[in-house]
Amino acid sequence: MFSIKNKEFLITVVIGALSWLVALLIFFPIFWMFLTSFKTEIDAFATPPTLFFTPTLENYTLINERSDYWHFAWNSVVTSLGSTFIGMVIAIPAAYSMAFFETKRTKTTLLWMLSTKMLPAVGVLVPIYLLFKDFGLLDTKTGLIIIFTLVNLPIMVWMSYTYFKEIPKEILEAGRMDGANVLQEIFKILLPMSKGGLAATVLLSLIFSWNEAFWSLNLTAFEAAPLSALVASYSSPEGLFWAKLSAVSTLACAPILIFGWLCQKQLVRGLSFGAVK
Amino acid sequence: MSDLTIKNLRKSYDALEILKGINLEIKDKEFVVFVGPSGCGKSTLLRTIAGLESATSGSIYMDDKDITDAAPAKRDLAMVFQSYALYPHMSVRENMSFALKLAGIEKSEINRKVEEAAQILKLEPLLDRKPKALSGGQRQRVAIGRAIVRKPKIFLFDEPLSNLDAALRVNMRLELSRLHQELQATMLYVTHDQVEAMTLADKVVILNDGRIEQVGSPLELYEKPCNLFVAGFMGMPKMTFLEVTVTAIAEGNVTLKLLTGAEITLSRPGLNVQTGSQLTLGIRPEHTVLCNAGAGNLQASIEISEELGSESYVYVKTNANEAITVRIDGEQAVPKSGSLVGLNIAPGKCHLFDKQGIAI
Repeated sequence: MFSIKNKEFLITVVIGALSWLVALLIFFPIFWMFLTSFKTEIDAFATPPTLFFTPTLENYTLINERSDYWHFAWNSVVTSLGSTFIGMVIAIPAAYSMAFFETKRTKTTLLWMLSTKMLPAVGVLVPIYLLFKDFGLLDTKTGLIIIFTLVNLPIMVWMSYTYFKEIPKEILEAGRMDGANVLQEIFKILLPMSKGGLAATVLLSLIFSWNEAFWSLNLTAFEAAPLSALVASYSSPEGLFWAKLSAVSTLACAPILIFGWLCQKQLVRGLSFGAVK
Repeated sequence: MSDLTIKNLRKSYDALEILKGINLEIKDKEFVVFVGPSGCGKSTLLRTIAGLESATSGSIYMDDKDITDAAPAKRDLAMVFQSYALYPHMSVRENMSFALKLAGIEKSEINRKVEEAAQILKLEPLLDRKPKALSGGQRQRVAIGRAIVRKPKIFLFDEPLSNLDAALRVNMRLELSRLHQELQATMLYVTHDQVEAMTLADKVVILNDGRIEQVGSPLELYEKPCNLFVAGFMGMPKMTFLEVTVTAIAEGNVTLKLLTGAEITLSRPGLNVQTGSQLTLGIRPEHTVLCNAGAGNLQASIEISEELGSESYVYVKTNANEAITVRIDGEQAVPKSGSLVGLNIAPGKCHLFDKQGIAI
C-alpha cells in the first residue's frame, strides 16, 4: 500500500520523466543536425551512426566559399522584420475594433480569417505566382514581405484580439472620458497594457516568417532568397550531402533559436494565450 | 453654472429598449442619485450622459448647449467607474495627471493640481505607487482624484462603492459627502443601495424598467412615495402592503376592512373613493407597534425575528396569511416565534394606493 505522500511523489516522478522524454524527443533532431554538421561526409553517412568522431569545421568553410551566407541571412532579417512590422500595423487596429466594438459578426470574421490558415498553401500557388509575375514581385523582398504578412496576419489578429479582450473596457472608457482620442487610447493605454502579449505576437510572427519555406522556395530564386531557400539548395542536384546540409541548416536555425531562447518567457505566455499569468 | 437638462431620452439596443423616455433637470451643485433595481437602466442613463453610449433619441443639454452627440471628452464630465478603471501601467500621479497632460496643460500646473487633489484625498504618500500596490479603498480614492484634478462641470459616479467592504463603504460614503460640500460640484451618482441614495443625495431619482418613477429629496420619497414601486423600494425593511376594501366613508374618515376582517379607520378628508373599492394599504415597519394578544387593530403570530442590537425586526403573519414587518426598539424583548401578538397600526402614518398602484 502506498501512502498518499508516496503516491504524490511517484506521480511527480512519472510526469517529470515523461516530460523529459518528450523534450528529448523534440530536441534530438536539432542535436543530431548540430552534431552532423561537424562530421565529415563519410562519418555522416556511417551505419550505425557514430556518436564519437573527430570534429571538423570543413563543412562550414565550404559553405562559406560556395555561397554567400550573409546575403541570405540579410534577406531573412529584412523579410521577417518587414512582414512582422506591417502585420502589426494592420493587426492592432483590427483587433482593437474587434475586441472593443464587437458586433454580431465579429466572431465569424475572426473564425473566417483563421480558417484561411487551414487552406493548403499549394492550393493558391498558381494564382499567387501569376499575380506576383504580373506585378513584378517574383524574387523581390517586397513580394516576400507581402506574402509573409498575409500568411501570418490571421494569427496576429487573433492573438492581439485575445490579449485585448483581457483588458477591461472601462479602462479605455476612462481614457475616453479623460479626453484621449482613438490614437492616444491605443498608444497610451492599450499598447502599454498589452505589451507582454503583443511581444509574444511579434516573436511568433518573426519565427514563422524566418522559418517559412514554401513561398520562399516558390517565389524567389536568388535575389530575395532567404535562409530557408539556402538550406533547400543544399539538398539538391548533386545528391545528398548530409554534413553540409546539416551545417547550413544549423546556420539557418541558429539566429532564430538563440532569439527564441532569449525570449522564451514571452513566448510561453504568448502561446498559452494568457492562461499563465 | 452647469445645469443639466435631459429631454425625452431614449436608448435601445436593437429591439430592446433600455431607456424609455427620460425627462430630468439637474441643477448646479446638486448631488443627484439614480437608484433602482438591477437592469432598470440607471447605469445606461449615466453612460449616455457621459457619452459612452449614444442616445437613440431625445437630447441632453448642458447649460442650454446640446451635448447629445458630443464626444465624451468634449462634455467636460469626469466619471468614476465601479471597477475604478485605473491605468495599471501608470503610477498614481500619472493616473491623476493623464487627462491634464492630454489637455496640454503645463507641467508645473499639472503638478500643483495633482498635489492639491492628493491632499484633499490624503493620497500624498501613495503618489508614486502603481495601482496594484493599493488597497481597494485607496484605488477608489485615486479614481476620485483622477476626476477631481480636471475640475469637471459634473462628476459621474457609477456604483463607486460596491466593490468595497461594508466598513470601508460607510467611510467612503462620508468622504463623498464631505467632498461634495468641499468642491461645491454637481454630482450624479448611480447606486442600487438605497442607504447610499438616502444619505448622499440632495435629490433622488428612482428608476424602474427604463422610466423615472419619482424624483424628490430622500425624505420626500420616503414619506410621500407616489406609487407602490417607490413605496416598496425605499425603506429597509420594506413597507408592508395589505389588501383592503373600503367599507364606509364619513366626514373625511375612511374605514377599511382587512383580509382578516379587522377594520381600521383613517382620517382622509377629500379622498375620492367609493365604498366597496379595493385598495392597498401601506405601512412602514416603524409605524406598527407590537402589543398584547387581543389588543390593537390586528392579531398575528410571530414568524421570525432579527435582532440587530439597536433595533429588531419582527416578521409576523396574520390568520389571513398576510406578512407584516414590525420594527421594535433593540432593548424591547422580542416575543418567541409562534406566540400570538396584537398589532397597533398608526392610522396617521398609513399610505393608500389605488388599483393601479398610484398613491392616493
